[in-house]
Amino acid sequence: MHINLLAWRGYRYGKLALILGLLSIVLYASQGGDAAQPPNGGTWQGYVLGTVGALLILWLSVLGIRKRRYNSNLGTVQGWTSAHVYLGGVLLLVATLHSAAQLGWNVHTLAYALMCMVIVSGFYGLYVYLHVPGRLAGNNAGKDREAWLEELAALDEHIREVVESCDAELQSMALSALELSRLGGSLTQQLSARDHSRILLPNQSKAVSNAEQAVMIHSLSQRIPKARKQSEAAVLNQLLALFGRRQVILNLLRRDIQLRGFLKIWLLLHIPLTIALLVALVIHIFTVFIYW
Amino acid sequence: MSDRYHLAIVGAGPAGLSAAGRAAYYDAVNGATTPSYVLLEGFSTFAKTIQKYQKGKHVMDEPGFLDLRSELGFTAGKREQILASWQQSLEAGINIRYDSEVVAIDGEKGSFRLGLQSGDVIEAEHIVFSIGTQGNPRALGVSGDAESDFVRYTLDDPADFKDETIIVVGAGDAAIENAIALSDYNKVFIINRRNEFSRAKDGNLNAVLAAINDKNRGFYCRYESSVAGLELPACSGQLGALILNTPSGEERIECHRIIARLGTVPPRKFVESCSIEISSPSMEAVPDVDRHYQSNVPGLYIIGALAGYPLIKQAMNQGYDVIEFIHGKNTKPADYPLLQGQFSGLPYVMDAEDVLDLYQQRVPMFRRMNPLAFRELIIESRIIVSLPPSELAQAAPSGDHSTHFVAAGEPLYRHGEFSTSFYTLVEGEVQLQLEQDGPWHTIKPGQFFGEMSLISGRPRQGDAVVSQDSILIETPRRIMVKLMNSNEEVRSGIDRVFVMRALQAAFRPQLSLDELAAIAGRVETCQFKAGEVLFSEGEEGECLHLIRSGTVMLTRGGANMVVAQSHSGELVGQLALMGTPKRADSATAAVRTETVLLRRPEFLTLVNSQPEHVATLQSRLSDTLQKSNAMASQPQAARAIGFLMAEGLGEATNALVIDETLCVGCDNCERACAETHNGISRLNRQSGASMAGLHVPVSCRHCELPHCMKDCPPDAIRRTANGEVFISDSCIGCGNCETNCPYGAIKLSYQAPKKPGLLSWLLFGLGSGPGEPEHFKPSAAAQDAGKKAVKCDACMGRSGGPACVQACPTGAALRLSPNQFAQLVEGR
Repeated sequence: MHINLLAWRGYRYGKLALILGLLSIVLYASQGGDAAQPPNGGTWQGYVLGTVGALLILWLSVLGIRKRRYNSNLGTVQGWTSAHVYLGGVLLLVATLHSAAQLGWNVHTLAYALMCMVIVSGFYGLYVYLHVPGRLAGNNAGKDREAWLEELAALDEHIREVVESCDAELQSMALSALELSRLGGSLTQQLSARDHSRILLPNQSKAVSNAEQAVMIHSLSQRIPKARKQSEAAVLNQLLALFGRRQVILNLLRRDIQLRGFLKIWLLLHIPLTIALLVALVIHIFTVFIYW
Repeated sequence: MSDRYHLAIVGAGPAGLSAAGRAAYYDAVNGATTPSYVLLEGFSTFAKTIQKYQKGKHVMDEPGFLDLRSELGFTAGKREQILASWQQSLEAGINIRYDSEVVAIDGEKGSFRLGLQSGDVIEAEHIVFSIGTQGNPRALGVSGDAESDFVRYTLDDPADFKDETIIVVGAGDAAIENAIALSDYNKVFIINRRNEFSRAKDGNLNAVLAAINDKNRGFYCRYESSVAGLELPACSGQLGALILNTPSGEERIECHRIIARLGTVPPRKFVESCSIEISSPSMEAVPDVDRHYQSNVPGLYIIGALAGYPLIKQAMNQGYDVIEFIHGKNTKPADYPLLQGQFSGLPYVMDAEDVLDLYQQRVPMFRRMNPLAFRELIIESRIIVSLPPSELAQAAPSGDHSTHFVAAGEPLYRHGEFSTSFYTLVEGEVQLQLEQDGPWHTIKPGQFFGEMSLISGRPRQGDAVVSQDSILIETPRRIMVKLMNSNEEVRSGIDRVFVMRALQAAFRPQLSLDELAAIAGRVETCQFKAGEVLFSEGEEGECLHLIRSGTVMLTRGGANMVVAQSHSGELVGQLALMGTPKRADSATAAVRTETVLLRRPEFLTLVNSQPEHVATLQSRLSDTLQKSNAMASQPQAARAIGFLMAEGLGEATNALVIDETLCVGCDNCERACAETHNGISRLNRQSGASMAGLHVPVSCRHCELPHCMKDCPPDAIRRTANGEVFISDSCIGCGNCETNCPYGAIKLSYQAPKKPGLLSWLLFGLGSGPGEPEHFKPSAAAQDAGKKAVKCDACMGRSGGPACVQACPTGAALRLSPNQFAQLVEGR
């Protein structure tokens, strides 16, 4: 019942984009062209392609407005997005044919390059929109981030209680492991999902890496066989289980942050580049008419 | 020595005050030097319930269609304004006696004796009871337990207290909520008479146990402890103490304050001790009174909430009217013009009171009702008159309280429409179908129909066509439910007809009505809570269930493997009677469900009387078997349906289901909801459960029998013919619906501030952008109006359909009805 945005209404806009692409190729080919006048943006065919391309760019950027016109009944946002993807894709062809591969160090090529970057970032966006949500759902296993954070907080609370009965050394180690656990951080840290958690070891003033809670887990597992009392071993065992669970949840959350980052990061390129493209496009059109 | 009055009014709420005001008027007119009446109030101030509302609460004056008739003023406004205006009236000369709780009444009309708590006795010729149903908080029952700064029976704002030791006595929800809120800044003891918190809601139960076990919170519990005494502080600011009887002996706890939340004392016992009869055993039942509000005890009148009228304006009008009646005036009640309006389009000229009597006599079911209850039923109902289409065009347009005209020969309702009102035919004829395209049945005057949707909440099955010059009473579900709860005869009468019609619809028997009634009398009605099992896979069965209301899920090979779901009007377990007796599936109630249980003899009588219909039953069964088998062979899909059922979607009619493999988490659905609903989103995408890529966010699912509609004082929650459940502007913000919704889909909110246009935000960064602002300060006007309940209305009337679905860029959000679930999960 749920249909993804590519398959919307039986690939309606895919078919439309295909037709538009074919027409553009025919139009381009009709320029014939000789050494004196190779195919370019200045022929009537070139103008048609350019006009189509410019209108497409304008229309594509209107999605940002349509998406927020919540009272609008002009189609569904999914339909618009589906059209946006296909027509954005075919724009690459239309504009390339319009340029006829005549590139140079000028504002025209700047507009073309910006457009390509917008489209490529859009392709990346399409890829993550299609693939990441499923992975995100799988990662989060039916709970949302809040619920996992709550479980983590409860787990930490539990560890604090259990560790109270341990010796001071282990206690300070465990507490430092809790305090120096890291989630999120800078953009690159979020996207890389690397574990920057640290731990303060006994008699040391500088914290060392505790990625994957490994130092803590290792240290606990080594202490268990050496425990003098059964009760002590039981406590250590319990701590080991708690830190094991902690490791899993921290990983899951880090992955969650990373995947959500993937879903959002491309918009930080796509949108500003679009605005730059619109500016360059206006300049491109103006200069063309000035030098006509 | 006792005082003697013409009239004693018991309880100084709105009803009592209004009655006293009218009585004072008569005294003034008659030039009485001493008051002929006394208003007795058990508490130290008047209108106690309203006094205890939070500061600045907006009090509504529903129902809007009714005019106020009282010596006292009352218009919608702030609690303070209303109380001040009543205070003024009191000061202008109303003979009120505070701290005079009436504990016993004896005697008879002309010489009643009212015993007060203080031991005083008051004699009165007539008594007006206006004590309400709120009751009084149950006191601690030890000396010094009178309400004071130290001992409190309510808690207005937990933030009023900081760094104190506070003892909360009680183990109900109110006690737990107060104790936990107080423990943020105070040391709190909670005193529980039992050894567990069994009365509390699940959420509160978990919260109180967590708080008790939380070492960092100053929260302590004393189980199996009762209050043995208390020591009031010597002067304010000093510590007092509470003495407890605990299993390990007496314990003294010093504290700054005691908050007792021991519930209220129900008035029923007291009411019955005055020889007033309450005929129904139902908790909500109120005593019967006649048209003059007189109870079965002559001279003893009951008005206000205790007479079944919980709204302030109604109560005040009754206070006025009852004094008129006692003074022998046959005043037309304030609602008389409403009745006139209701009957204005009838084809005969007759006084409204006479029409009322006539109609009550004409319908056997209504004859047994008390006249006041019938009057209320009519006022809340619509009178429908059918006219030929030519006359209909010329008929006056029907307003809210005038006769409603419909075209003769046209359906009153059509198959599939969501309406739950109940029709009673007074004159004429109605042709009725019991299922789509089913045979027609004729309804005669005095008979009723529409009970199927009334009981099951499902859309109408089949059409109902009204013939010319018919007169019908259309009663809303809410009124019928109230009536059925308070009147056992009406309930069983409707029930019997329901069973007969359900059997007719399911088996189309060719039996006489008597034979059918005999079968209906033999079948059993069963009730199942959500999760209860009707029958189990593998056991031998010899009965089938016809679902009355709710949803039954069939599971195979495990409780979460749902292979089929059946709704009201459908059969479950018929394989046992039509094939092998061994049950192929387990049947479990997905939500609260009622069924009619049919055993083999009754089943055979029914089907043998109409052998032609057997083929239909058989083909339906094979259809069901095919579908359930298909589902059983796809364990993933069956489990997904199981998940949806566990989320309560079995009782849904229109639920938001998000495909997690498509949802990019942009929250455009939430924003669209807020933007199309005055700035407040009615859906919370992220919250809610997920499984196998399906996510059920917190959002209204428009239940078959909406829990939220249960006790809405102004009847503000309605359902459209298309099924959308919505809250109208008459919401008074009482919060009942929020409490009653098991899915957390209703919240109370101030109106959000207006936003600048989209482009102002996009281009100039004005305002908070689309969607519900995370924090907003309500305007003074919005604060004045108070919080109102908000919930999803499925974007009724929006041509593009629900905004959340329309705004989803990836197609992840869909609104579905349960019959689409199989399609949803198959092939995922």
